[in-house]
Amino acid sequence: MISIETHNLTVSYNRRPVLWNIDFELPTGKIIGIIGPNGSGKTTLLKAIMGLVPTSSGYVKIFDQDLNDVRSRVSYVPQRESVDWDFPASVMDIVLMGRYKKNNLFKRISKADRDIAAEALEKVNMLEFSKRQISQLSGGQQQRVFIARSLAQGADLYIMDEPFIGVDAATEEAILKLLSDMKKDGKTVVVVHHDLQTAKDFFDWIVLLNTRMVAAGPIEEIFNETLLQEAYGGKLNVLSQVGDLMKEKAFDVRES
Amino acid sequence: MILGASAAIVGCFSFLRKRALVGDAIAHSILPGVCLAFMVSGSKNPLYLIIGAFITGWLSLLLIDAITRTTKLKSDTAIGIILSVFFGVGILLLTSIQHSGNASQAGLDKFLFGKAASLTKDDVYIFGTIALILIAVVILFYKEFKLISFNPDYAKVIGLPVQFLEFMLATITVLAVAVGIQAVGVVLMAALLITPASGARFWTDKLSVMILIATAFGAISGFLGSYISYIAPSMPTGPWIVMCLSMLTIGSIWFAPRTGMLAKFRVQKENQRKILIENVLKLFYHLGEKDGTFKKQRSTSVLLASRDLRIKELNRGLHLLKKEHWLRKKGDNWLITQSGLNEAKRIIKLHRLWEMYLNQRLKLEPDHVHNDAEAIEHIITPELEKQLEKELNYPTKDPHESVIPYAE
Amino acid sequence: MEAFWIILVGSLIAVSCALLGSYLILRKMAMVGDAISHAVLPGIVIAYLLSGSRETLPMLIGAAILGVLTTVLIELFSKKANLQMDASIGITFTWLFAIGIILISLFAGQVDLDQDCVLYGEIAYVPLDLWITDSGYNLGPRTVWIASGLLLLLLLFIWKGYKGLFITTFNEEFAKALGIGVAFWHYALMGAVSLTTVVSFESVGAILVVAFLIVPPATAYLITNELKKMLFLSSIFGIISAIGGYYLAVLINGSIAGAIASIAGLLFLIVWVITLIRKRQPI
Repeated sequence: MISIETHNLTVSYNRRPVLWNIDFELPTGKIIGIIGPNGSGKTTLLKAIMGLVPTSSGYVKIFDQDLNDVRSRVSYVPQRESVDWDFPASVMDIVLMGRYKKNNLFKRISKADRDIAAEALEKVNMLEFSKRQISQLSGGQQQRVFIARSLAQGADLYIMDEPFIGVDAATEEAILKLLSDMKKDGKTVVVVHHDLQTAKDFFDWIVLLNTRMVAAGPIEEIFNETLLQEAYGGKLNVLSQVGDLMKEKAFDVRES
Repeated sequence: MILGASAAIVGCFSFLRKRALVGDAIAHSILPGVCLAFMVSGSKNPLYLIIGAFITGWLSLLLIDAITRTTKLKSDTAIGIILSVFFGVGILLLTSIQHSGNASQAGLDKFLFGKAASLTKDDVYIFGTIALILIAVVILFYKEFKLISFNPDYAKVIGLPVQFLEFMLATITVLAVAVGIQAVGVVLMAALLITPASGARFWTDKLSVMILIATAFGAISGFLGSYISYIAPSMPTGPWIVMCLSMLTIGSIWFAPRTGMLAKFRVQKENQRKILIENVLKLFYHLGEKDGTFKKQRSTSVLLASRDLRIKELNRGLHLLKKEHWLRKKGDNWLITQSGLNEAKRIIKLHRLWEMYLNQRLKLEPDHVHNDAEAIEHIITPELEKQLEKELNYPTKDPHESVIPYAE
Repeated sequence: MEAFWIILVGSLIAVSCALLGSYLILRKMAMVGDAISHAVLPGIVIAYLLSGSRETLPMLIGAAILGVLTTVLIELFSKKANLQMDASIGITFTWLFAIGIILISLFAGQVDLDQDCVLYGEIAYVPLDLWITDSGYNLGPRTVWIASGLLLLLLLFIWKGYKGLFITTFNEEFAKALGIGVAFWHYALMGAVSLTTVVSFESVGAILVVAFLIVPPATAYLITNELKKMLFLSSIFGIISAIGGYYLAVLINGSIAGAIASIAGLLFLIVWVITLIRKRQPI
């Protein structure tokens, strides 16, 4: 069974490709790391998978279908820094957002929704904080709230952007335990991660990325000196020059 | 004119420091200062009014800074609070003065929309002097201002008195606004700071040139606006100045070379032309490759059958190629020339080299590389071509086992 | 009775603005609200010229069109022409406002709007424009009805759209990932801001609407961490400003709208200083 398939996926900013022809198929029921140096397009890849940035070529399939047909089965955890934590809301308010759907937006929040949200908070050990204002949370607690919101969606596939960055040891442990529980339930988790040291212990499967895909596969096959060297050994010279040319000459990856 | 020009110069720095709307707040904050100065001094002497304006202008800057530092409010909200409250106080004072029936108040409401055309001689001297001082300060501190606009951290490292310079910059901004208000009034002052700088940005990347162009925009608009309001006295000066400025800037967005919209459209058109003729040329090569000879004449219908092209497009491409002497027309048929063949070979070679590159370096399957190469073949420069050849070690075949043609 | 009507209209408008303004602040769009409030002017003038009267409906339509056009223009400048956001806002609203003023001067004879009214409104005339039915009933000032209608509409919008506004304001990307139409909520809010601006326009003028939109919500935001409380408190601050403003204006014989903005600013200052003292934080 395939969770995410990308086919020749190219994503450009101002016509310069930041991801070139990404082509992979990820399995289900695994914890999958997307790993690469800074500026290698990890976050962009997640956003492209979630349809948040326009793609210049290729396509993404989730559970062999269009994203729009399986949205309820996919959950996205954005980077913690992407929102303003001074926002006037309680932890519960945020987690309840996970119960929002396109077709229940005008309906009131139900008791069932609240129960599910409380359950999700319990899973990240944050239930006692449910009435706390989000501006009073620590970085690790913020991250756990974000993950609880995602859990409340009750999806099969979870896509998380840097959940381990800037969190305390307790949070890291809590998230790791959660991930392995989710795996036991047959869920798939895709995690963008920047730290090579810990990657080996965290993931079953990895995708090595540096504007192009260097390798993808089970960790024991991929995590070796040669491939890591290739991923972290800088960008491909010709590739980035062609990218610069495309921006300069306003050229698209596909003939229009 | 001088008023417009001096505001435009100062505006360049605000623009580059991404503090464009702060000028708007200063402009609004000046109104209560002017009114207070009038109430205290009881006269319309521009010197008093400018001092009043200067004080509240500075106060607004300090308050915006204090609000963003000590609360969770963001800078846009802080600017909004300051500009609306100060303006509200200003309006309150102004209307109060008006209702109290003070005979000499008549000039004060000119601050709202500006009336450059009706300034008295004394006014002109005072404002002119201040404007010239502003210009002199900018010229004197040009290098330092440039540095703190682009790279304040670096300026600190090399030991520039950053705080003093920021203070200077803020001071001349407040002064420029106080003076510029004479021309366009409180409400539209922001335009005098922002619009010329934004327009000038399209013409150049160099700060000195940008300042010159922005100044020219400011001066031209100042002149035109005053002229319009001079020949048609019912026309307000300020709005017309802003109108001229906006037109100049919108014109810049369209017509500036390289970065303008039209230039971008032209590049698009040029790209499309290039793609079309190169694709048609490739057709001849592919057909020739299949038949083993490039000397065969091809009819339009044969060409159409081998590639998904509209007939109009194809005909346009064929005629463009004829002009380049890469094709020759024989009756109803077309024949590729030797120079055309060389060109076709070059494109085919780039296409297949790129396929090879994607296959080897990006480890793409051979059946995934074609679409990309279709686009990239049109853009690779001769230098990149050499690099590609070398990096791939002069391959002879592409991933589909087709021969890569090298020039003899 | 006059004072009552003026304070009532002022309060109705203040509450409407405070509700919308809370969302503008949280979306970091305070200056976009400022821009819209300036930019609706040409829409009002054109509607006035076309319809030849001060009818409410054409003005609402004209202003709403211009309001949305403003957001579109700002986006065009910033995305297509790669200008920084604050500069695009500045260019757009000054340009549109200039057009509005020029139009007023151009058709000065035909348009019963003057520059002063544009700037700070004529809330004092509210009680004069009475709505009298054909059968001769006096239903009170027309503006009161319009402002009440607006407030009801906004309350309905915020009540029904609470979840939508909440999620798109806090985390747009997450909303998008859920398949929620982010653009719809953006334009709905902008449309609401334009509507509110034009209704407030006659009473408080194009520019002081900004004070109503930004200052009370900012004050409320300083002392609460809950969205619902923020909405409630900013409405309260708005009403206090309206009442206080009226009496201040009477006291020193000045513009009522200006006085309301001044009181709103004073409230902000007091709350700000109190929070500073409680945090024992020097400025």
